[in-house]
Amino acid sequence: MATNQVELTLKIRRYNPEVGEKPWWDEFTVKVDPMDRLLDALNEVKWYHDGTLAFRRSCAHGICGSDAMLINGVNALACKVLVSQYGSKVTIEPIRGLPVLKDLIVDMEPFFDGYKSVLPYLINDEPVADDKERIQTPEQHAKFEDSTKCILCAACTTSCPIYWADGSYVGPAAIVNAHRFINDSRDTGAAERLRILSEKTGVFRCRTTFNCTEVCPKGIKVTKAVQDVKRAILFEKY
Amino acid sequence: MTTTHSFDALIIGAGGAGLRAAIEAIGGGDVAVISKLYPTRSHTGAAQGGMCAALANVEEDSPEWHTFDTVKGGDYLVDQPAAQIMCNEAVEAVYELEHWGLPFNRTPEGLLDQRRFGGHTRNHGEGPVRRAVYSADRTGHMILQTLYQQCIKRDVRFFNEFYVMDLLMEDGACVGVVAYELATAELHVFRAKAILFATGGYGRIFNVTSNAHALTGDGPALAYRAGIPLEDMEMYQFHPTGIYKMGILLSEAVRGEGGLLRNGDGERFMERYAPTVKDLAPRDLVSRAIYQEIKEGRGIDGKDYVHLDVTHLPPELIEAKLPDVTEFARIYLGVEPTTEGVPIQPTAHYAMGGIPTNTDGQVVLGADEIPVPGLYAAGECACVSVHGANRLGTNSLLDIVVFGRRGGRHMADYVKNVSLGGKISDATEQTKADLDRLLTGNGTENVADIRKEMQVEMFDKAGVVRTAESLTELQGILSKLRERADHVVVQDKGSLFNTELMEAWELGCLLDVADTLAAGALARDESRGGHFREDFPLRDDENWLKHSLAYREDSGSVRLDFKPVKMGPYAPMERKY
Repeated sequence: MATNQVELTLKIRRYNPEVGEKPWWDEFTVKVDPMDRLLDALNEVKWYHDGTLAFRRSCAHGICGSDAMLINGVNALACKVLVSQYGSKVTIEPIRGLPVLKDLIVDMEPFFDGYKSVLPYLINDEPVADDKERIQTPEQHAKFEDSTKCILCAACTTSCPIYWADGSYVGPAAIVNAHRFINDSRDTGAAERLRILSEKTGVFRCRTTFNCTEVCPKGIKVTKAVQDVKRAILFEKY
Repeated sequence: MTTTHSFDALIIGAGGAGLRAAIEAIGGGDVAVISKLYPTRSHTGAAQGGMCAALANVEEDSPEWHTFDTVKGGDYLVDQPAAQIMCNEAVEAVYELEHWGLPFNRTPEGLLDQRRFGGHTRNHGEGPVRRAVYSADRTGHMILQTLYQQCIKRDVRFFNEFYVMDLLMEDGACVGVVAYELATAELHVFRAKAILFATGGYGRIFNVTSNAHALTGDGPALAYRAGIPLEDMEMYQFHPTGIYKMGILLSEAVRGEGGLLRNGDGERFMERYAPTVKDLAPRDLVSRAIYQEIKEGRGIDGKDYVHLDVTHLPPELIEAKLPDVTEFARIYLGVEPTTEGVPIQPTAHYAMGGIPTNTDGQVVLGADEIPVPGLYAAGECACVSVHGANRLGTNSLLDIVVFGRRGGRHMADYVKNVSLGGKISDATEQTKADLDRLLTGNGTENVADIRKEMQVEMFDKAGVVRTAESLTELQGILSKLRERADHVVVQDKGSLFNTELMEAWELGCLLDVADTLAAGALARDESRGGHFREDFPLRDDENWLKHSLAYREDSGSVRLDFKPVKMGPYAPMERKY
């Protein structure tokens, strides 16, 4: 159906503990349109070459955060990159630092545990009328808007060498979500979150490698958010 | 191996409706949410433009005007009492989200800002009104995140990546579900006093859709198989501005902020179709206008698309208020929207029909609307009929919050007064049989082939424009595809993350839903809202001001019945914009 089809070889790191203990590599060559998403190519493999290939996907346009993968050595969402940028061959592996369960599927529980540990919800017990908003100026909103874009895809956290070495580090995604509330003028839980993030599993593990910022599919200034939180712990009174 | 769990309330689906219901239901007892995805992957997150509520923060407005627009927008197939509830409760629902931290855009004074949206008007159609609160063009993302955050705060229990495959009924009441754990292939029986379906839409019956891969109509299909009718399935919305060929949505907010549609002659053609509100006419009208322009040879370069044009808007406004949709155009089309038109076409977007419910979210049977004890539905999979024959933009986010809340609240009360249903000894028998058939079948049919053919044919023959001829032909095709689906073969026989097996199972849901849509569309000899019959181009209130109900016969065929529309203050009138 598509025009100008080209061939693309996908080299995929496979793993299936029902088959064997060791991971292996498979290569599949499929016909693709240059404007296809890499996810379309993976679906082509799954639907017509090897149904056992396992990966997560849902929205297919970079919103749901299901399909973060290590693509040619760089974390990205498979639905947010086009095949045309990879020439005739691309290498795909699971994101790093989380236990691989099957093929490109990793255990996301440790990642979400890190997220939950920073109290990722608005804390404010002051009464407020049912029929009006809490006032917040556009300038106050702007202070944390960037951090609200996070889709919890784990691309940033699993590109962080500190996280690879020690999974007890909460990782950049959790810090971005803490940043989102710490800087929200309506929130009163900053002191508690900063206490949590000042522990040895918190922000000071960060060595400002900037991998997180480079791979964020939403363009969030992740490293800046982490640095903001470090500064808040060091210099601000809560 | 089977594990059995017991909860007071069970929610199937972790999008906006399911999470909002969970927050409420947890007040009545222990609650679990089962989802085939991680909650934050749900498609609520893809909603872009906003959520309407007559806050009157930036100009005069009233819930009554909002109700009128909703009823008229739905081409009078809306149940008016339900629409009144939704538009009245919208105001409180929005403030509640704000109090939970939702980062809405603000006015310079710090109030919630509001923007225009298609079909939302001042004083019964005098002109567009600024009614939609929004967070840039990721309002749905912020609603999903905020509701998930509130569930974490309340310690709601989640079963992620579990596929609900059977509904357990006992003496006419719903007493539980059977679910397949994707990670292990283990079957789980969940017993509960009250169960709410919030499984979302089924846009994947179509070839060009804004919907996620996961949106395969599992909830409606399971209800249908359990003898529950599906309401108004022929009412499906095609959103005018999907990315050409891919279907990815470009929000109506683009036109709300001043974007225009242009044909191959560069003409702003909506001026001819809707002289008052022009590009901000409701979606069904705009989609048909695009269809007409293309049909008459005025697509771009004579092709089957038109342009969405924002080149006249200040680039800083585009970057500030529409960053995501402009990025979609850049990434997926290689088009720079600040300097050139963006190729768009109508895309299958939203199911107005679904599992019939009353305004407390209870699933109801027949024209008498007898509630099914213990069974609830909310959101896109449900039909409380606030959208009628055509949903207005932003009203889906409102629907999930208002009726998720009402359903959850009713469940919280209900579970206090009933005991857990009986233990069904052979609860997993049906599910095991379904899975065995797919795993051990010796057929040669490929799931993706059948699915693709269904999607292409559905879009072609039951899409923006339908005829008796196209729909009859479609029914023949669907019945052949169903025969083929009985002979699919699954390569993966394993127990770990067998997503191939689940895709094969989902195909059965898609085909069930497609059957009911085709049957309803063929029966309805009129044009109303999203349902346009070229052979019956006019609305026919005398014969068709009624809801369709599609029942599954034992043979597998569809039987249609009907029930009256609940009227209210608004008598049907000609729908002009």
